[in-house]
Amino acid sequence: MTQYETHEHDVLVIGAGGAGLRAAIEASSTGARVAVVCKSLLGKAHTVMAEGGVAAAMGNVDDRDGWTTHFADTMRGGQYLNNWRMAELHAKEAPDRVRELEAWGALFDRTRDGRILQRNFGGHKYPRLAHVGDRTGLEMIRTLQDHGIHGGIDFLMEHTVLALVPAGDRIVGAVGYEREKGRFHLYRAKAVIIATGGIGRAFRVTSNSWEYTGDGHALAYEAGADLIDMEFVQFHPTGMVWPPSVQGILVTEGVRGEGGVLRNKDGKRFMFDDIPDLYAHQTADNEEEGWRYVTGDKDARRPPELLTRDHVARCIVHEIREGRGSPHGGVYLDIAWIKEKLPDAATHIKRKLPSMHHQFIELAGVDITQEPMEVGPTTHYVMGGIRVDGDTQMASVPGLFAAGECAAGLHGANRLGGNSLSDLLVFGKRAGEYAAAFAAEHDLPAASESFVNDVLQHALAPFDRGDAAEMPYAIQRSLQETMQDLVGIVRVQAELDEAVERIGGFRERAERVGALPNREYNPGWHTALDLPNLLTVSEAVARSASDRTESRGAHFREDHPEKDPALAKHNTIVRKAADGSMHVVREPTKPIRDDLQKIIEENQ
Amino acid sequence: MPEMTFRIWRGDSSGGAFAEYRTEVTEGMVVLDAVHAIQAEQAPDLAVRWNCKAGKCGSCSAEVNGRPKLMCMSRCGDLPPGETVTIEPMKAFPLLRDLTTDVSSNFRAKMAVKPFKPRPPDAPDGTWRMDQADIDRPQEFRKCIECFLCQDVCHVLRNHEKHDSFIGPRHFVYAAALEMHPLDTENRLADLKGEQGIGYCNITKCCTKVCPEHITITDNAIIPLKERVVDEFYDPVKKLFRIFRPGNARR
Ligand SMILES: Cc1cc2nc3c(=O)[nH]c(=O)nc-3n(C[C@H](O)[C@H](O)[C@H](O)COP(=O)(O)OP(=O)(O)OC[C@H]3O[C@@H](n4cnc5c(N)ncnc54)[C@H](O)[C@@H]3O)c2cc1C
Ligand code: SF4
Ligand code: SF4
Ligand code: FES
Repeated sequence: MTQYETHEHDVLVIGAGGAGLRAAIEASSTGARVAVVCKSLLGKAHTVMAEGGVAAAMGNVDDRDGWTTHFADTMRGGQYLNNWRMAELHAKEAPDRVRELEAWGALFDRTRDGRILQRNFGGHKYPRLAHVGDRTGLEMIRTLQDHGIHGGIDFLMEHTVLALVPAGDRIVGAVGYEREKGRFHLYRAKAVIIATGGIGRAFRVTSNSWEYTGDGHALAYEAGADLIDMEFVQFHPTGMVWPPSVQGILVTEGVRGEGGVLRNKDGKRFMFDDIPDLYAHQTADNEEEGWRYVTGDKDARRPPELLTRDHVARCIVHEIREGRGSPHGGVYLDIAWIKEKLPDAATHIKRKLPSMHHQFIELAGVDITQEPMEVGPTTHYVMGGIRVDGDTQMASVPGLFAAGECAAGLHGANRLGGNSLSDLLVFGKRAGEYAAAFAAEHDLPAASESFVNDVLQHALAPFDRGDAAEMPYAIQRSLQETMQDLVGIVRVQAELDEAVERIGGFRERAERVGALPNREYNPGWHTALDLPNLLTVSEAVARSASDRTESRGAHFREDHPEKDPALAKHNTIVRKAADGSMHVVREPTKPIRDDLQKIIEENQ
Repeated sequence: MPEMTFRIWRGDSSGGAFAEYRTEVTEGMVVLDAVHAIQAEQAPDLAVRWNCKAGKCGSCSAEVNGRPKLMCMSRCGDLPPGETVTIEPMKAFPLLRDLTTDVSSNFRAKMAVKPFKPRPPDAPDGTWRMDQADIDRPQEFRKCIECFLCQDVCHVLRNHEKHDSFIGPRHFVYAAALEMHPLDTENRLADLKGEQGIGYCNITKCCTKVCPEHITITDNAIIPLKERVVDEFYDPVKKLFRIFRPGNARR
């Protein structure tokens, strides 16, 4: 019998990003005993990287804004595949969640009258993103961390969860290991919240960190929960493209919000060439109007650079494919040009976009106050994830909850920038609240010894095979290439089929991976254990993409380039069948409430 | 493509040695990329922390050619060409394995600093009003990514190992952000003077020099805190005022 340490809590939170921390704070405030486990050290989760801001219709800069507009914007961005209940709660509750951060010490940038300043972002009708320069995520995670550490929560850092523990139809905890010594742990809990973030590491070019191996998605899937909308992966239009080693690192949309424009190699602002009908009436048709918009003219319409991310990313790919790209296979993003308009442009840019300035100087040797950046699309965010109830965030398995990027519904076919950080706060809080309530009403059945032991034996297997076996890094790399080439921004049936086939092959190889005989802080072993998760989410994305034979939001099919009205009201569900294979089914979306439908119509 | 040689510390608390690896270096590559290439091809169990690879999370701190740095922000091209590059873990913290260290003392130090305690809201809707000019300074401090490079370089921790009686530059920055927060009402000066050991800092400014976020740790955070401590405890007029200040009996 392999040794392990046992912990016992009311609520177990897996993940210490914005969603996990907010959930833990809420659960613990009800008196529940709470543990948070996370793969990295506290404060290092992905949320720390968020730049542009957190969306909340506070109306501090433009008082015409309110929850109904935010709701309508979110639904339009998601092409109406969103869980409308979540979109409603999100729009209504985000302002309070942001103000609460201020009460916990966050220092957002200010308006002239001393309130929280808000900035423009793609797809948002009014300036709506509360921000701190371009380091909003850092402010958010630090505020939650510094508040949370005084709340009596147990933090287990550098612990990685390997499996959820079932008992009857419920989930009663998780099994994992700690990186430092490689020891195993059983975390028993009456309710479990998954807040593990995204899947970006399935692709070669990504803005995401090593942690984003889709663990939470895979844990829930293996435990019998439904995944939904997995075909919708957001490719952010602006990632760095040069030098090669920094390819994929994000260039915040805030650059465009502050007046940055996209140009091709001929200097042309190509975004004016293709403005979708859905947005034509709210988009500027000339450069002058676009500039007036970003400088706060309430009568101006937004420049086409601030159209939704899916659209901007496809326009960039189009320019590059037509041979009008920049030397390193991107296009130009120019903020330096505003010196024609502002006397102190360089100072302004450094003040509004300090980390972008720093990032380009340090990593690319480019001074963005003087020259344009080269940018191209990068894998950024997954709209799809664990299917949850809109009010409680409970998954389709009792006792299991999910919040943040790993949960799905709010964003539908495409997420608006800034709507993730607010998602974390609104639904992190809700998950914490309802998980604690669930825990209060339930007992804690014992975990099955044999189940735990099976998980541990499987985790130790790579050591038996040694490092002469398959190298985990090599398989991971091949998978990333496959997803990048065959399941990327532009998809076709034959390539998706090919991807599913190859993933099957990688799975067989993954069963043979080996690791050097050392359990202490051994990244080779950790990568071997992450692989099955990465494979599961990759297969879910490829299969869902293959099932949606139309183009909508972030999902673009070259062989089905138009929207199919028949699919407009269907979500794609992925679940594990009894024989262990992956099943994809279509389910009709829930008919929207009349009052919400009316709001959408009024905001057309 | 040119190759470079990297001397990387391998080992744990029971001992270890440098190992040499050669790897290809392409344009724009950073030290962390080289470490990853070595990990993927030659040393799969090479322990190293990282997350963002963009200088935002403060995970990849190490000593590159003896200088405390974020590996993801150190370009190979900026290192002396043709020379072997030495990569070691931070020395002020106990070694875990290879390039990873036990930085838990920092989490304990932070816990000891009294948390944010705001004044009552300014507006009936529960919100506050603050001028941008009044928050510029604390915002500078809040840029901290907790890389702990300043802790690594500070002689009080590195050479004198005062982890238990000196919270170190990172946590002075943290305390300063709270003390200068326009809404905060807590008083942390007695703690800073006492168990947090601000007196041990002799203003060498080594911490400021290594901060990847360019926070002016010494001039903007530590010195003003020291001045407040002096005002509070050694200025006779202020001291008298302090004794008669309402609510002080509790302290
Ligand atoms: C560069 C960048 C910029 C962005 N900018 C913005 C922005 O301006 N506005 C916006 O709204 N959104 C932005 N986003 C998106 C947003 O940051 C993320 O979607 C969000 O932070 C995800 O938060 P989370 O709490 O769901 O997960 P994360 O913050 O990613 O946290 C996941 C946690 O789960 C843990 N974990 C994962 N797997 C396991 C496991 N197996 N066992 C234990 N723990 C595990 C991790 O250690 C981590 O603690 C940006 C994203 C990126 C990459
Ligand atoms: S200035 Fe003070 S805190 Fe900074 S390194 Fe020197 S002694 Fe340490
Ligand atoms: S103050 Fe600077 S050097 Fe110190 S931990 Fe923060 S970012 Fe790192
Ligand atoms: S990896 Fe995040 S700072 Fe280097």
